[in-house]
Amino acid sequence: MEFLLAVLFGVLLAAALYLLMARSLARAILGVLLLGNAANIAIIASGRVLGSGPPLVASGANALAAGASNPLPQALVLTAIVISFGLTAYVMVLSWAVWRGKGTVDTEALRVAEPRGLPAADAREAAAAETLAADLLPTRTGAR
Amino acid sequence: MATRADWLLALPLLLPLLACAATAALQSRRDLQRGITAITAVGLLLVSAALVAEVVSQGVIASQMGDWPAPFGITLVADLFAASMVAITALMYAATALYARGDADVLDNEALWHPLLAALALGVGGAFLAGDLFNLYVWFEVMLIASFGLIVLGGGREQLDGAVKYAVLNLLATTVFLMSTGMMYGLTGTLNLADMARRIPEIENQGAVAAVAFLMLAAFGAKAAVFPLFFWLPASYHTAIAPVAAIFAALLTKVGVYALIRIVTLLLPEGHSWVAPLMWFLAAGTMVVGVLGAAAHWEIRRILSFHIISQIGYMIVGIAIATPLALAGAVLYMLHHIVVKANLFLVAGVIRRAGGTFSLATLGGLWRRDPWLGLLFAIPALSLAGIPPLSGFWAKLFVLKSGFDAGWYVLAAIALATGILTLYSMLKIWLEAFWKEVPEGTPELPPITGATRWLLLAPVAGLGLVTITIGLWTEPFAAFALAAGEQLASREAYITAVMGVIRP
Repeated sequence: MEFLLAVLFGVLLAAALYLLMARSLARAILGVLLLGNAANIAIIASGRVLGSGPPLVASGANALAAGASNPLPQALVLTAIVISFGLTAYVMVLSWAVWRGKGTVDTEALRVAEPRGLPAADAREAAAAETLAADLLPTRTGAR
Repeated sequence: MATRADWLLALPLLLPLLACAATAALQSRRDLQRGITAITAVGLLLVSAALVAEVVSQGVIASQMGDWPAPFGITLVADLFAASMVAITALMYAATALYARGDADVLDNEALWHPLLAALALGVGGAFLAGDLFNLYVWFEVMLIASFGLIVLGGGREQLDGAVKYAVLNLLATTVFLMSTGMMYGLTGTLNLADMARRIPEIENQGAVAAVAFLMLAAFGAKAAVFPLFFWLPASYHTAIAPVAAIFAALLTKVGVYALIRIVTLLLPEGHSWVAPLMWFLAAGTMVVGVLGAAAHWEIRRILSFHIISQIGYMIVGIAIATPLALAGAVLYMLHHIVVKANLFLVAGVIRRAGGTFSLATLGGLWRRDPWLGLLFAIPALSLAGIPPLSGFWAKLFVLKSGFDAGWYVLAAIALATGILTLYSMLKIWLEAFWKEVPEGTPELPPITGATRWLLLAPVAGLGLVTITIGLWTEPFAAFALAAGEQLASREAYITAVMGVIRP
C-alpha cells in the first residue's frame, strides 16, 4: 500500500510540474491544485496512517494499541485541503480578472509589470519601455 | 491558570486577530476602523515591548496552548530573536497604518486595508512565535492570504499582472514546505521543533534528513527571495501601492529568513557539512544578483525591490558562517533592514506624490522643492549602503567581522563590493530625483501640504530616527544581538524551555 501511495505521489507530482510549466494560466492553476494533492498524499504516506485498527484508546489504557492507525496526519491533511481550497479559489478569481482585463491568460502576454526592453541602458530608455508596455497592451478593462 | 508568559505570547496574536475580525465586520464605518487600527498599533507596541523585556530577563519563554504538554499540543515560544522580530513587526504595523492615513491609494480602498493589514500582522507574528512546524505552515498561509489581498489593493492592470506571478510562485513554495513538513514528521514522528531537534541526531538515515531539510530550505529560500529562487519578487513588489510595498519589503521575505535561521540552527546543527558551502553559494549569488539587478534599473521601486534581494544575501552570510557572532550579525541585519527598507518604500511613495512618477527620467528638482524630503530619503539610503554612523554600518560590520574571523575572505570581499554598488544605486536615485533640474515637459505638481504632509512624513521621520538611534547608540542593540546569537547557536535553552515545562 505504501508503495502504491509513493507511486501515486510521483505521478501527481510529475503531472503537477508538467502543468505548472505551461504558458496558460489555467493549466498552471490545475498544476497548483495537483501539487497540493501530491503534498497531501506525501503526508499520508509518510505519516504511517495505514494501521489496521481505528485510533481509539481502549478504556483503562492510556495509549493507542499497537497497529492502530495514526490520526494526526489526517488532521494535517484536512487543514491543508481547506487552505489549498481557499488559495486555489483566489488564484482562479485572479486569473478571471486578468482574462477580463486582457482577453488572454497566456503568461507570455502578462508583461505590464515586466515590460520588454527592461532593464534599459539609461533612465530615458527605461521610461520609454514602461510607457510603451502600458500603452500597447490590448485592454478590455470595463468590458463585462 | 494562564501565567504572564502565556499572555505575553498570546496577545501579539490575539490583538491583530481581534482587530482583523472587528475591522472586517465594520467595513462601512471608516472612523471605527481607523480607531481600532490605532488602538491595535499602540497595544501591539506595548505588548511586544513587554515580551522583549520578559525574554531579556527570563530567557526563552514558552507557552503550551490549552495546557496540552509539548510535544502534543500547540506551542508558542519566544527567544530573543523571535521577540525582537515581533516587536519590529508591531513597529512596522504602526508606521504603515499611520502612513496609510495620508496615502490616496489606501484611502480609496480603506474598508479592506484595515482587516488585511491586521491579518498580515497576525500571520507574521504567528510565524515568529510558532513552536511547531505545521503551525509555522499555517501561519505562512495566513500571511500569504492577507498578502494576496493587499497586493491587488488598488486593482490596477499592473497589479493584477504582478499578483499572478506572486500568487502562483508563492503557492508553489508553500506547497513544497507542506510536503517537507509531512516527510519530516514521517522521519521524526513529531512536529514540535524542539522535540524534532532532540530526535534528529538519533535518526540513523541522516541522508533522508538531509534530503527533507534540503526541500525545506528550498521552500524557505523561495520565500526569502534567495538566489536562484528570487524572481517572483522583482516581478511583483513594485506594483503594490506604497504602504503595502513597504510592509511587504519589511516583513515577508524576513519571515523566510527567520524560518531558514530556525531550521539551520535547530534542526541541522552538526554533522551536515553540506549546509555551510550551500549557504556560501546562496549568499554570494543573492548579494551579487540583487545589487546588479538594482544597478540596471531606472525606476525607484524596481531599484528598491532588487535591493531587498541583495540585502537578504547579507543575512544568509550570517547563516552560512553560523558562529554566535555571525548569527548576531544576521539578527542585527534583519532588525536594521526591516526598518530601513520599509522607510525607503514609504519615501518612494512620497516622492511619487511630490513628483508624479517613480521613473527617474521624469523626476527632478525635488531637493530644491522639498529639502526635508531629501533629508528623509538620505538617512535610510545611506544606512542601506552602510555609511557610518547609521544602523547599516554596524549590521554590515558584524557580518564582515564574523566573515573575517571565520576566514571566509572571498565572501566578505563580495559583501564589501555589494555595499559599494548599493551606494551607487542610492546615489543614482539621489542625483536623478533630487539633484538634477526638472526635465522639460514634466508638469509641476502642487506641493503636499497640511495634515497629509504630516501623516506621510511622520512615520518616515520616525523610522529614520530609529535608524539613527541604532547607529549612534549601538551598545544595547549590539549586546542584544550578541545575546540572541548565543541563544541561536547553543539551542539548549530553546529546547529546555519548550520541552522542560511540566505543569501540574
